[in-house]
Amino acid sequence: MSNVTYISGKEPHSREHRLIFRNIDRKGYDPGLKCYLKDGGYEQLKKAVTMEPKAITDEVKAAGLRGRGGAGFPTGLKWTFIPPTNTKPVYLICNADESEPGTFKDRYIMHQDPHQLLEGMAIACYAVGAKLAYIYVREEFPHAARILEEAIAEAKKAGFLGKGICGSTFDLELYVHRGAGAYICGEETGLIESLEGKRPYPRIKPPFFPAVLGLYMSPTIVNNVESLCHVKHILAMGGAEYAKLGTPNNTGTRILCVSGDVQKPGYFEVQVGKVTLGEVIQDFCGGLKPGRKLQAVIPGGSSAKVLRADERFKLKRGDEMVEIGLEDIPMDFDSLAACGSMAGSGGVIIIDDSRKISWVLNNINSFYAHESCGQCTPCREGSLWMKKISDRIVAGKASPDDVATLESVANNIEGKTICAFGEACSWPTQSFIRKFRAELVADTREELAGVPVNHETTLAAANLKN
Amino acid sequence: MSLSVPADIEKEIDERITHYPVSRRSAVLPVLHILQRHFRFLSEDAVSWTAAKLGLEPIQVLEVVTFYPGFRQEAPGKVHIRVCRTLSCAMAGSYELLDNLCQAVGIDASHMGHHHPFAVSEDGRFSIEFVECLASCGSAPVCLVEDELHERVSPETAPDLLARYS
Amino acid sequence: MADDLVNVQIDGTWHQFPKGTRMIEACRQAGVEVPHYCYHPKLSSPGNCRMCLVEMGMPPRPKPGEELARDEDGRLPIQWMPRPVIACANTVSENLGIRTESALTKSCREGVMELLLINHPLDCPICDQAGECRLQEFSVEHGTGGSRFREDKVKKPKNVDIGPRVRLDDERCIMCSRCIRFTAEVADDPVLGFTERGSHTTLAVHPGRRLENNYSLNTVDICPVGALTSTDFRFQMRVWFLKETESICTGCGRGCNTEVSSREGSILRQTPRENNEVNSTWMCDQGRLDFHYVNSEARLTQPLLKGSEGHRAVSWEIAVKTLADKLAGFESSKIAIIASARLTNEDLYLVRRLAQQLGVKELDVIARFGEDDGYLVAADRNPNSRGAVLVLGLDSDPGSRISGIRRDIESGKIAALLAIGEDLTSPEGGFSPALLSQLEFLGQIHHTANATADAAVVVLPGATSFEKSGSMVNVTGRLQRLAPVVPLPGEAREDWLILRDLLQALDGGNGAGSSDEVFTLLAHEVSAFEGRTLASISPLGEVLIETGETVPLLEREKGRIAKGEIVG
Repeated sequence: MSNVTYISGKEPHSREHRLIFRNIDRKGYDPGLKCYLKDGGYEQLKKAVTMEPKAITDEVKAAGLRGRGGAGFPTGLKWTFIPPTNTKPVYLICNADESEPGTFKDRYIMHQDPHQLLEGMAIACYAVGAKLAYIYVREEFPHAARILEEAIAEAKKAGFLGKGICGSTFDLELYVHRGAGAYICGEETGLIESLEGKRPYPRIKPPFFPAVLGLYMSPTIVNNVESLCHVKHILAMGGAEYAKLGTPNNTGTRILCVSGDVQKPGYFEVQVGKVTLGEVIQDFCGGLKPGRKLQAVIPGGSSAKVLRADERFKLKRGDEMVEIGLEDIPMDFDSLAACGSMAGSGGVIIIDDSRKISWVLNNINSFYAHESCGQCTPCREGSLWMKKISDRIVAGKASPDDVATLESVANNIEGKTICAFGEACSWPTQSFIRKFRAELVADTREELAGVPVNHETTLAAANLKN
Repeated sequence: MSLSVPADIEKEIDERITHYPVSRRSAVLPVLHILQRHFRFLSEDAVSWTAAKLGLEPIQVLEVVTFYPGFRQEAPGKVHIRVCRTLSCAMAGSYELLDNLCQAVGIDASHMGHHHPFAVSEDGRFSIEFVECLASCGSAPVCLVEDELHERVSPETAPDLLARYS
Repeated sequence: MADDLVNVQIDGTWHQFPKGTRMIEACRQAGVEVPHYCYHPKLSSPGNCRMCLVEMGMPPRPKPGEELARDEDGRLPIQWMPRPVIACANTVSENLGIRTESALTKSCREGVMELLLINHPLDCPICDQAGECRLQEFSVEHGTGGSRFREDKVKKPKNVDIGPRVRLDDERCIMCSRCIRFTAEVADDPVLGFTERGSHTTLAVHPGRRLENNYSLNTVDICPVGALTSTDFRFQMRVWFLKETESICTGCGRGCNTEVSSREGSILRQTPRENNEVNSTWMCDQGRLDFHYVNSEARLTQPLLKGSEGHRAVSWEIAVKTLADKLAGFESSKIAIIASARLTNEDLYLVRRLAQQLGVKELDVIARFGEDDGYLVAADRNPNSRGAVLVLGLDSDPGSRISGIRRDIESGKIAALLAIGEDLTSPEGGFSPALLSQLEFLGQIHHTANATADAAVVVLPGATSFEKSGSMVNVTGRLQRLAPVVPLPGEAREDWLILRDLLQALDGGNGAGSSDEVFTLLAHEVSAFEGRTLASISPLGEVLIETGETVPLLEREKGRIAKGEIVG
């Protein structure tokens, strides 16, 4: 490890724990196979193909790995959902449709360390019995797609993919599939539909659980880029050893992506739950901009419920409940959930007191209105309605009643849609209104209650730029 | 009314289709990507050609083309610029960046909207589109110029960015 | 089998259903309607409208070692889930609970209704669907009555020409995708799709492609709103003025079950009626629209007698008597009767009696064949060939004697001909006017003027299939009932009545007083009909003879039911 040095200015913070991002922005490291092999590449795959597939799944379960894409579902458990009596082909798809606003980790892996992902995928495919796998890369990552294809060609040539991998009987074909600009393709059944060449409409569950009726109605495992990379390290360390990283039920490392109003935004790989939100802001990111105060934090991608700077949270420490402030929240799945939000995809967005809350919410609402696939009623109609109301609040053309309407529209979406997009688009509105009602109402005018709206005029007058 | 696809492009497409041994329909996105790369946008003929190539009804291809902002149904400029609109970039000035870029190439941004997601400069050299999150929030504001990602593009540096593509 | 039944609580009452029953169907069976738009039992369930959201509960998961207490009926407690579920795609399981009236369920319905209406044009006053629109119905039952929507609505294309028989109004569309699924899953002609996304999602056909398959109008039937309307029916009549009559289509041997809508003696539309042994819930456009001839100018409305100056109207009495006298004046061997397999069994029974009375041996119907389309249109384009064979007692295939009759007319062996319900000069008939002119006597019973009638001495105005009661036997051997939808024009009469009067004029005996009575006589005489009455034939018909024939479309649906793709 001591020989690992980083590009000047990209050195890891001393409290980081680099596993997945060990080679990111590393001096002299390139995405080629030669470089990867020099660094112990594909050793875990060689080991894996000599193991019982189930033993690998057991290691991943023992490691306690939770999905890094957003939902935090245990990866090993997901793999076991393939029916034991299954006779259909099994597929594995790497979800590289990284598009939750605030998240920017997967691109680095694909650009700089593609073989790490391929090795993780190959091991995962071996474990679940997949012989055909795809990496679904978002369209806005054209270089990532190219680099991955080159890496696949190299790996195939070297016998790490294709027929008889590493001298075993394990065959795997792996292809890159490029998306075309749709957030909904990050939802695993939407992704599957997209990969089938259809509109990426998420499927209803039941009956279409991917592990049972996934791609081409066959069992399909969909895992995030970062999650699949972890598989390699779990095998290297052993599940039990890996589980010692992080905190109980929140094991391993994860990459936090910090953006917004901090001095030094960027990525940081940390042991899950071993750093607090305050440390992330102050220590990792150099604090807020001069003269600014913290107003709010969105801790897990833009769909995560917003946290207010002066909020107090109740957390369990050991057997007792403690009250903590925002800066003391440990960055792990369970703590952030207990604080009423989520760790999500690891995208932390910092909002200081220079920002108008109505503008922030409107920007998020615009995103979700644009990205709603339109398949089911509440989200299709509600997401655009929410945007239109928040447009007016920003433009000063709304009444306090509109804030109440906005909140109830969000309530009519949450929990009533085909996929989790319903929550993703309603949680920001719900949480911003709950925590910043006064700030939002302050942007409205009582005398506008019930006044008909001409949206075009409203928009023309709106300063959506802040 | 038919699309003239050069032999090498069709060869590339045929190879791509082999990546989907279970269903040709899965090749819709890759075929469209290749056609768009070559023709710069997807015409009605490109949609019909793709449908015929994959044994689909044209509407099944049009459904896909119109869903994804990544597919264009009108010709862009010689250089297509996508500026990120979403939160972290907006906080870092992407609205001003968009304005400055549009101003520099003489595009009236107010013409951009749902049915015309991008606008083309009069000389046809540039087209500009305001897009959702490009997943580079830590180096906001960002924009994609063709396939190149440009990070920390402060609004004031818009002319410099354009100069690199002139 | 009791093992396959599960206990389900719906709104507090316990019921039993076969395991795997969809929740929405279980509710329906229990008499509880769950409002829905996208769900259709004959199509896949995308679960997209969210109107059928209900509160659901299951027994709580017991802690290790814990035994859940059962009530006196052996039921476990139900733990209600905070998230509603769609009743259309979820199935029932043991000890499941469903609440369709709870606050949660109600708030879901109110929310979905409001959201469905915010971008809807609310142009009910000029919408054809008004009166049978699910948006209207559920808005009354489950909506809030007011609107909080203050924004501009999303604009979409209106009055879109998507095919020769169907019009599209995209602003009314609620994106339930029923039409898309029908064209893809049932008609195998996936020309419809959604373009754009989110709130801008738009139902469309590809430029240059049209929704023009022979089943296109089924999309209008299943469209729960006014987005898809029939070009033929558009702006013709407010639906609440329509009178509905259950009948069958006589366009081919399938006998699709129908509902015929009329107003003041005019037929305005015909739609399929569900019969899972015949046509599922579908019918072809050709059969559906084949009713305009009923109002044709060419309808025969008076009995006609040919004199030196052409046809003149006469009374029924004179016309029938003339026909009887003329026929009686020929030797039996010189007479032929050509009836139609478009006639009812009752009509045909009286034709049989007529032939017996006259001693006629040359008796047949005109055969009519086309392509079996692999869906519903049968190769046999006569609606009652099987009935004709049974009732007339034909000993060979229908139509096989026709060429012989033609030769015999040419040779002069046959001098008198009575054509009932057929224009013999039609392509299927194959008689030239010249050949008909060789006859000494030609009589015709038909509903519409035609070249055979032109050549006939006596012309008696009959009824179309929309004006008569009676029965027919379809290609698979199913006995089905026809009902009169509209009154007969002018002096025209039902064919059975004409034939009865003709028989009376010939033998002087008493005849039947109704088609029901004719059927009873038939049932006494023809063994296949034994023990049946016209009135007792179920609205869905009944198997008369086992033919072993299957309906391609129904077979495919059975396959999809077996796979759980559709409810059926």
